[in-house]
Amino acid sequence: MEELDGEPAVTVIPGVNSKKNQMCFDWGPGEMLVCETSFSKKEKSEMVPSCPFIYIIRKDVDVYSQILRKLFNESHGIFLGLQRIDEELTGKSRKSQLVRVSKNYRSVIRACMEEMHQVAIAAKDPASGRQFSSQVSILSAMELIWNLCEILFIEVAPAGHLLLHLLDWVRLHVCEVDSLSADVLGSENPSNHDSFWNLVTILVLQGRLDEARQMLSKEADASPASAGICRIMGDLMRTMPILSPGNTQTLTELELKWQHWHEECERYLQDSTFATNPHLESLLKIMLGDEAALLEQKELLSNWYHFLVTRLLYSNPTVKPIDLHYYAQSSLDLFLGGESSPEPLDNILLAAFEFDIHQVIKECSIALSNWWFVAHLTDLLDHCKLLQSHNLYFGSNMREFLLLEYASGLFAHPSLWQLGVDYFDYCPKLGRVSLELHIERIPLNTEQKALKVLRICEQRQMTEQVRSICKILAMKAVRNNRLGSALSWSIRAKDAAFATLVSDRFLRDYCERGCFSDLDLIDNLGPAMMLSDRLTFLGKYREFHHMYGEKRFADAASLLLSLMTSRIAPRSFWMTLLTDALPLLEQKQVIFSAEQTYELMQCLEDLTSRRPVRGESDIQQLQVIFTSGLMVPHGGGKRLPLSQTSPSLQKHWLLWTHVPLFPLTCVIHTPPSFRRK
Amino acid sequence: MFVARSIAADHKDLIHDVSFDFHGRRMATCSSDQSVKVWDKSESGDWHCTASWKTHSGSVWRVTWAHPEFGQVLASCSFDRTAAVWEEIVGESNDKLRGQSHWVKRTTLVDSRTSVTDVKFAPKHMGLMLATCSADGIVRIYEAPDVMNLSQWSLQHEISCKLSCSCISWNPSSSRAHSPMIAVGSDDSSPNAMAKVQIFEYNENTRKYAKAETLMTVTDPVHDIAFAPNLGRSFHILAIATKDVRIFTLKPVRKELTSSGGPTKFEIHIVAQFDNHNSQVWRVSWNITGTVLASSGDDGCVRLWKANYMDNWKCTGILKGNGSPVNGSSQQGNSNPSLGSNIPSLQNSLNGSSAGRKHS
Repeated sequence: MEELDGEPAVTVIPGVNSKKNQMCFDWGPGEMLVCETSFSKKEKSEMVPSCPFIYIIRKDVDVYSQILRKLFNESHGIFLGLQRIDEELTGKSRKSQLVRVSKNYRSVIRACMEEMHQVAIAAKDPASGRQFSSQVSILSAMELIWNLCEILFIEVAPAGHLLLHLLDWVRLHVCEVDSLSADVLGSENPSNHDSFWNLVTILVLQGRLDEARQMLSKEADASPASAGICRIMGDLMRTMPILSPGNTQTLTELELKWQHWHEECERYLQDSTFATNPHLESLLKIMLGDEAALLEQKELLSNWYHFLVTRLLYSNPTVKPIDLHYYAQSSLDLFLGGESSPEPLDNILLAAFEFDIHQVIKECSIALSNWWFVAHLTDLLDHCKLLQSHNLYFGSNMREFLLLEYASGLFAHPSLWQLGVDYFDYCPKLGRVSLELHIERIPLNTEQKALKVLRICEQRQMTEQVRSICKILAMKAVRNNRLGSALSWSIRAKDAAFATLVSDRFLRDYCERGCFSDLDLIDNLGPAMMLSDRLTFLGKYREFHHMYGEKRFADAASLLLSLMTSRIAPRSFWMTLLTDALPLLEQKQVIFSAEQTYELMQCLEDLTSRRPVRGESDIQQLQVIFTSGLMVPHGGGKRLPLSQTSPSLQKHWLLWTHVPLFPLTCVIHTPPSFRRK
Repeated sequence: MFVARSIAADHKDLIHDVSFDFHGRRMATCSSDQSVKVWDKSESGDWHCTASWKTHSGSVWRVTWAHPEFGQVLASCSFDRTAAVWEEIVGESNDKLRGQSHWVKRTTLVDSRTSVTDVKFAPKHMGLMLATCSADGIVRIYEAPDVMNLSQWSLQHEISCKLSCSCISWNPSSSRAHSPMIAVGSDDSSPNAMAKVQIFEYNENTRKYAKAETLMTVTDPVHDIAFAPNLGRSFHILAIATKDVRIFTLKPVRKELTSSGGPTKFEIHIVAQFDNHNSQVWRVSWNITGTVLASSGDDGCVRLWKANYMDNWKCTGILKGNGSPVNGSSQQGNSNPSLGSNIPSLQNSLNGSSAGRKHS
């Protein structure tokens, strides 16, 4: 991932010699192409062993991880829920909702972490095992940071309660104590276990004094000599005043009681009550908040923030949020003691203790390899109204900037892009235009996928994208000679020019083969028929076929005529239409009125006068037939047998009737539906 | 960023250009071996060469895809003084069985008297149009009026730039507020230094392209030029590859009623300038949303530039060769994507949280 700040990430491309040559490249929607070249050398290169490889470069590694997929999928639902939290909600109910959302995000991280842990254990080769383990630690860091942000920025716990939350935080994240406890208690003689005192110490360091007391009672049982001092220590532990959630006492009362208890502990130290047992004496010093004694337990504390919380517990349990940063910084300094320098995680936590949200997000962006964490955390903090707006031309604020990055990353994945759509929806400034640019690049390899993409665009009134996608599919269908599909896509694209083109193809095929394909589609065009004149004609011409088939000859005749007189029919198709008129003229009853027959002749004349028509004899014969139809109004009289007409007319006739070389009189009742399929 | 795959290109000489199609499922390569190759991505994600043919009688500099609304169409340009348009023919079953596709030449554009250095299709809302530029200093704009008949291309405009041209870029904005616009760069290295970037705008009234601006500050040879996707902005962003990477914004100045007939004037600002490539920069190109610019230079690296949420441009990524020749299989998949593999420091400090940090 590219950082918000910090040093650029270097990706090494094996096999490319950057010292000698350059690279040409191209951006794709989700990937990049890179290839070695030489820009300075033009024309034939002197047989350099030219770079034989093209490299596909991807952006976000994590998008392709199977396990993280769950993280992306499940957090998507939480994200959507958060966006719908009622803006009207204020005060406590809003806060409790936001805290619940935060906890949901964390539980998704934890679930993912546990799954990753299982995979790491099950990994067959050590290398991938290590890789999964390192991912476990990253996820664990995410949860650690998120949890602290939740306490400080979302819960906004006041003095007193703040420390209780921090204790929970430490207990959740430094959890070796549970396995150690099981180990010790499971042994035959717990108080003789090598780690017995370590366990007691850890329990005290974490403020788990009830459990520590139970441990001490085991020691008291085992060695009667120290039973007395163990009991005294147990009493000190029991009487330590703490704020309990349901307690109504004021902070001042608590502080007073705590001071009293502290002085009592102090007296036991002065009296050297525990001098005979160094373990107990060390515990007492810890409970007095003695920094040196605490720092002796570095190994057990394992990190500076544990040290910080323990130190606060036993020296300033009612610490105010505003004073945290002072304790945090000094705890970090004391703990590292100049032996090592702070690492990214330390800086992130320190920034949180300083209530510097921007710094937290910035450092996280640099340290973490994906945008998931910063995007979701920032969005949540923004819903807590904690981010001042940073005006920038591509993204109204940091929230939008990060969400856009995250969503763009999802679009690189063949299926996760669908989640990205919703994230873009909640980016008020550039979300829509980004979605437009991304969604039109989704490969439309199946009809199902195309319909999915179209639905998304249609729901958002992205008319240009809908048009373009339909046009692409129409073009693809035409190229593959799937005319029906091409026609329906061009109708959906509302592309009149293309609908005309496809209709022409249909008509051309009809002239060549005597039948239409995709009748279902053409017969059910409905209002879509109006998209282009040619399409209207195609639909109307099929209507003519239906009317003829249903023996509605008069309707069929006037429709046929109107197709020509209204000029909807393309001129190239008139010969076909005029020939179609023949069987109607041959009906026993009069179908074309004299006026209509004149119009037919007019059309024929029109056709011949404009341009030379192939088959001069066809025209003449049509003229003869029309004239005779006019002269014999009752349909009887002299007729020209088909066998005496020209071969090309006969061919059309055949297509029309499927009855070979029958005299016209026999053919006239054969409806168009008998046409060859 | 990580290398997901490498593919043996099998060109017999230097590759000059690689080009993804609109959806990123096909690519084309062109080379000094005078051929173009087309590659298709299978459902499993493997790339296969489905066509390879001799396209020109000289080095092929550039290859580019038309928008899929126009079908499967490629354009190439070459040292042989021509540009050509190619269309894929939907294969007979024989070809399909062999996994091959068939491309036919639809036209050869022979108007240039010198090497054709760049070819670019116009934004799709302008129809099927393409522009070429050549060492003789002329930008030519062609149009195929019938998208179903790509053998007919008419030369619509010839724009004389008076300097040997190396690169062109269409302004992709489809906003009605913006007239069609094309930027031209020159790599003329003659000593009398002149501005090397000119911007031409189409005038509806005269139906001609007229010069709208000249970037006076760019006087060194320009090798590539790229307008950013517009994102609905009122202004344009233009990246230039010269002796460094430069990013300019062009803000249209509101036309006074009196001068409504003339070309748009712009307020031009340079918003970023980077010399990290040490010497010449050869290519610049924007990602599809115009948020990241990639540049390639004499240092052999591809650098990625991005503005952060406070509008500061900086280098956010570098693609760099390791210098050693490749051997081994032609398709290398990366089956183990990892979370944060490049950030050992965070892992260390985290391992501290679970396993105890080691102190001396």
